[in-house]
Amino acid sequence: MNNKNNQVNTSQAFKEAFIKLNPSYMIKNPVMFTVELGTLIMLVVTIVSMVSQNDFLGNFGYNLTITLLLFLTVLLGNFAEAIAEARGKAQADTLRKTRQDTPARLLTNGKEEVVSSASLKKGDLFVCEANDIIPADGEIVEGLASIDESAITGESAPVIREAGSDQNTVIGGTRVLSDRIVISVSSNPGESFLDKMIALVEGANRQKTPNEIALTILLAAFTLVFLIVTVTLKPFADFLNVSLSLAALVSLFVCLIPTTIGGLLSAIGIAGMDRALKANIIAKSGKAVETAGDIDVLLLDKTGTITIGNRKATAFINAPGVPMEDLVKASVLGSLADTTPEGKSVVELARKKENATYEAPRSSRFIDFSAETRMSGIDLPDGTSIRKGAWDTIKKWSVKSSTSDLDFLEEEVTKIAGKGGTPLAVSVNELAIGVIQLEDIIKPGIQQRFARLRKMGVKTVMVTGDNPLTAKFIAELAGVDDFIAEAKPEDKMNYIKNEQKEGKLVAMMGDGTNDAPALAQADVGVAMNSGTQAAKEAANMVDLDSDPTKLLEVVEIGKQLLITRGNITTFSIANDVAKYFAIVPALFAASIPGLAALDLMGLSSPESAILSAVIFNALIIPALIPLALKGSKYRPIGASALLSRNLLIYGLGGVILPFIGIKAIDLVVSLFI
Amino acid sequence: MNTEILGVIFIFLLSLLLAWPLGKYMVKVFKGERVWTDFMGPLEKLIFKIAGANPDQSLNWKENMKALIVINIGFFILAFLFLALQSLHPFWNPNGFGNWEPTLAFNTAVSFTTNTNLQHYSGESGASYYTQLLVFCWLQFVSAGTGIAACALLFQGLKNKASEGLGNFFNLLVKSCTRILLPLSIILAIILMVNGTPTNFEGLQEVETLEGGTQLVAAGPAAPMVAIKQLGTNGGGFFGPNSTHPFENPNYLTNIAENVAILLIPMALVFAFGFYTGRKKLALLFIGVMSVLFVAFVAVSISQEMNGNPEFTKLGLSDPTNLEGKELRFGAAASSLWGVSTTATSNGSVNSMHDSHTPLSGGIFLLDMFINAIYGGVGVGFINFFVFVIVAVFIAGLMIGRTPEFMGKKIEAREVKIAALIIILHPFLILTGTAISSYLAATDQSLASEWIHNPGYHGLSEMLYEFTSSSANNGSGFEGLGDDTPFWNIMNGIVMLLGRFLPIIGPLAIIGSLAIKKRVPESAGSLQLETPAFAAVLISVILIVAALAFFPVMALGPIAEFFSF
Repeated sequence: MNNKNNQVNTSQAFKEAFIKLNPSYMIKNPVMFTVELGTLIMLVVTIVSMVSQNDFLGNFGYNLTITLLLFLTVLLGNFAEAIAEARGKAQADTLRKTRQDTPARLLTNGKEEVVSSASLKKGDLFVCEANDIIPADGEIVEGLASIDESAITGESAPVIREAGSDQNTVIGGTRVLSDRIVISVSSNPGESFLDKMIALVEGANRQKTPNEIALTILLAAFTLVFLIVTVTLKPFADFLNVSLSLAALVSLFVCLIPTTIGGLLSAIGIAGMDRALKANIIAKSGKAVETAGDIDVLLLDKTGTITIGNRKATAFINAPGVPMEDLVKASVLGSLADTTPEGKSVVELARKKENATYEAPRSSRFIDFSAETRMSGIDLPDGTSIRKGAWDTIKKWSVKSSTSDLDFLEEEVTKIAGKGGTPLAVSVNELAIGVIQLEDIIKPGIQQRFARLRKMGVKTVMVTGDNPLTAKFIAELAGVDDFIAEAKPEDKMNYIKNEQKEGKLVAMMGDGTNDAPALAQADVGVAMNSGTQAAKEAANMVDLDSDPTKLLEVVEIGKQLLITRGNITTFSIANDVAKYFAIVPALFAASIPGLAALDLMGLSSPESAILSAVIFNALIIPALIPLALKGSKYRPIGASALLSRNLLIYGLGGVILPFIGIKAIDLVVSLFI
Repeated sequence: MNTEILGVIFIFLLSLLLAWPLGKYMVKVFKGERVWTDFMGPLEKLIFKIAGANPDQSLNWKENMKALIVINIGFFILAFLFLALQSLHPFWNPNGFGNWEPTLAFNTAVSFTTNTNLQHYSGESGASYYTQLLVFCWLQFVSAGTGIAACALLFQGLKNKASEGLGNFFNLLVKSCTRILLPLSIILAIILMVNGTPTNFEGLQEVETLEGGTQLVAAGPAAPMVAIKQLGTNGGGFFGPNSTHPFENPNYLTNIAENVAILLIPMALVFAFGFYTGRKKLALLFIGVMSVLFVAFVAVSISQEMNGNPEFTKLGLSDPTNLEGKELRFGAAASSLWGVSTTATSNGSVNSMHDSHTPLSGGIFLLDMFINAIYGGVGVGFINFFVFVIVAVFIAGLMIGRTPEFMGKKIEAREVKIAALIIILHPFLILTGTAISSYLAATDQSLASEWIHNPGYHGLSEMLYEFTSSSANNGSGFEGLGDDTPFWNIMNGIVMLLGRFLPIIGPLAIIGSLAIKKRVPESAGSLQLETPAFAAVLISVILIVAALAFFPVMALGPIAEFFSF
């Protein structure tokens, strides 16, 4: 966001701050609502004090100043909320820009017709070809295409989308790079998934989260207590024949109630969702963000999250007496027809490491992997048959190998498996000639991220299709706490349910339709934007980048949200100590001179003391807006250390800072009165 | 070190030392395990049979609260009728005391039912021995038992994994009386009798004084009443001057015994929490937090009394120690310890006149009652403390980035709502009550002269103390206030009722909703309660929530008086 944008936002937010003064809106925030009421009372007092004067009503000029300051306090609270909303809007607008009106080639009864994307309705079919911008969200019903989704995700590599597969959804605003597809519109204009989510982020439909409601209740209770405190002060003063001005009483009330957190509470909530959005995660509700901070268990797919891509071939190991060249050649020929990532990586390794490329002779017969033979390979025209597969199978097939060769290879195979690799044995004409080592490449820095999660108290679980031995090795290497090996979709579901039975909160990320039930079951389900519509509907967050490591950020954003709320609440309440010492002596200074001993700050006059406290109270709100928007930093230093730290900064700091602040303001104010 | 101070330290440490095994024993009683008092079994069975109750049936919080309220309404009605119609019963009334004025009967019946034992009457000049024993002494047992039973229900609720049964209130009430209060009272009563506290049924006795004159001396069955008054944090004395009276508190030894008895069960219940729930460390943290405040308050009070009255110093007196209103048998330090003990635990018995303490010492007593959870009244003290813990856990939980939980149970809007209401209640009752009386006294001169004998700041403190003592169910008086009038009788009565039952029902409702929640396992990210940081949060919450609300009125009462010396 550039500077100019910020300018526009601020003036817009200022306007919003006035619109939000509407009492029917203010009442949702009980703390600030009472400040608004206090302002109205002071307004009446100010007007009355123009015509009649007594001790209780006070003098006009002073009343007017207090009234204006209280009004400023309300306004600043509203402003904080408005600025958070404005920032959310700016984020949302950027997203929306990608969804401007584009021509759509509507397909009705086989005929094409160009219409505006805005007129597309749910179920309409339209056609897209190379270089078309997809006009609306939908599912491909026919064809396959490569699509550039960089406008939404920022990821420049094109993705393949195909009808009938899990990868059949397209997002409006992305561009088709090749081929022709027919798409069925999945929602009415303005109701697309993204539209709904953007509206949520903008705050228009924002609902208070459970924790926010609980905190609001607590703050309302404090407000009520201080209302009782100030109202009853009048009869006490009367009993003692001590005079008291209404302006001072209202000021005392406003200073004591937790206006700082009251004014910033909703801004903090909105900013939490904004932060998620900034990380390209759309949260369907604030509750989901809040829950993310509580996550106990994190389910992560191995592939793409813990390891880079898929397993890769990393070494050829030849049997004694077999030339390396023969093994490489056989491996490459046997893998040519293998389109799996593993197969491709064998060819790649041969080219890179041994600088060898081979082509299959014409009329070779490719043998596909089948569940029966559990091998794949090639039969060459000269009668040579090459097979590769799991060691058990190849061992059985290689009847011509000597026992010593088999023993040698078996030893190698065990070694590879023990290191977490996957051995792939190669045999030519029923003679085992070597083993290809396939390995997972663990993402650099992933161990540190898991260590960080462990410090937060989050248990990480790796989900993989690997056998338990390999899974265990990789789990240990990456530093995850647990793993689900040979995982089927229902295994994830069962794991989540079991953890939840123990009262734990579980987060997971998924993309496929078969992930949808588990995504819905998880307390925080993050669907990848590249995933199916079903997965996105079931999840409570969508990651636009489709980056599985995002879960870690989600957890931190959730924690940050709660911490910010807690810290500012503590700060706000701790401030009361100093405000008491400023206002209470000032209230009674004239009638009970002894109480001047409580004026620890040595403020210049009772009027100045009260004004300074009220000014401090108002100014602290804008001073903390940056903190509310940015959030308190989360440090994974353990719960107790974190508590001590925040207590010291916001608790003790909250006690001390206002003493300094009020004194400083008093020095300035005393120049004027 | 000064022997007076050593005595204070001895009493405090002895209380803590005795509270530990007592806590263990109480948990056995609550859980129905074998204890040496099992011989009470047949008596208890008889009570259950007469009452038609099934003691083994575990009830949920609502059913238990219904039982608690119904039983207590019964206690109240009986007490009121006995007092209002005292002249009708024919025996144990050697002095022939008559019926009580209805508002005084109402106030007193409420006062004893609610474990407050605010006394707008004087025992020796208004209550027959029958009334003393079968109304006052009886209620001091069952009201204390009610508190202990409620606390035991709370322990069970914290322990529940995800079930609503909290135990059986009636069973716990009976056993608290027969197995905890009764044996302890017998021990204390014997100590008192040996040291000279009377236990007889004779009327006023005429004795010859040292100066040779004659005097009518009241006696009666005082020892048992004094014993339960201390142990059950009741405070309702047999004689008007309470434990300043030489018959109630004959010597320094009985003073030690009674002061320990004041602190014993409230302290033991904190340990009992640890034994019951298996969170001993947490119990130690709780008792530590309470003790830090307690010791600090005792220290302030003692230093204020020992430094004494600055007016005395100005007059050139060699010993400025403030001994006004104190028993010379006990001295200033022991009086301060007792004062802090009795106000901290909602006991309300006195061994010195609180009215005559120096202003800040009196302020400390008020502060004790504002908090009302430093050990607190039997059972209810821990229940009040629990509300502070809920608020502290909520704020501390946020600060570490977890939605708050206590002992594995999530604290959500419902729990916070109830805790918030309970937190508002105490300042509301005290401040509005005092405000109404201040308003009346300020506008009607005749009322002011009837109630207030010390106008100005001290007068405000007296009214404030009376309402605080009522709301905290303490029962001690700042005296000096003309409080046996319909206004005070009725107002205090209402305040005592609300201040007693809402703070039991509210937290039990919280427990009811926590009990059925699933337990969240603790992880490295969970809030560690047994840490100095959480203790700091807890102390801050107690001081800020309970004390800050009263700062302005304290500034007008004790603090203004202090600075205006």
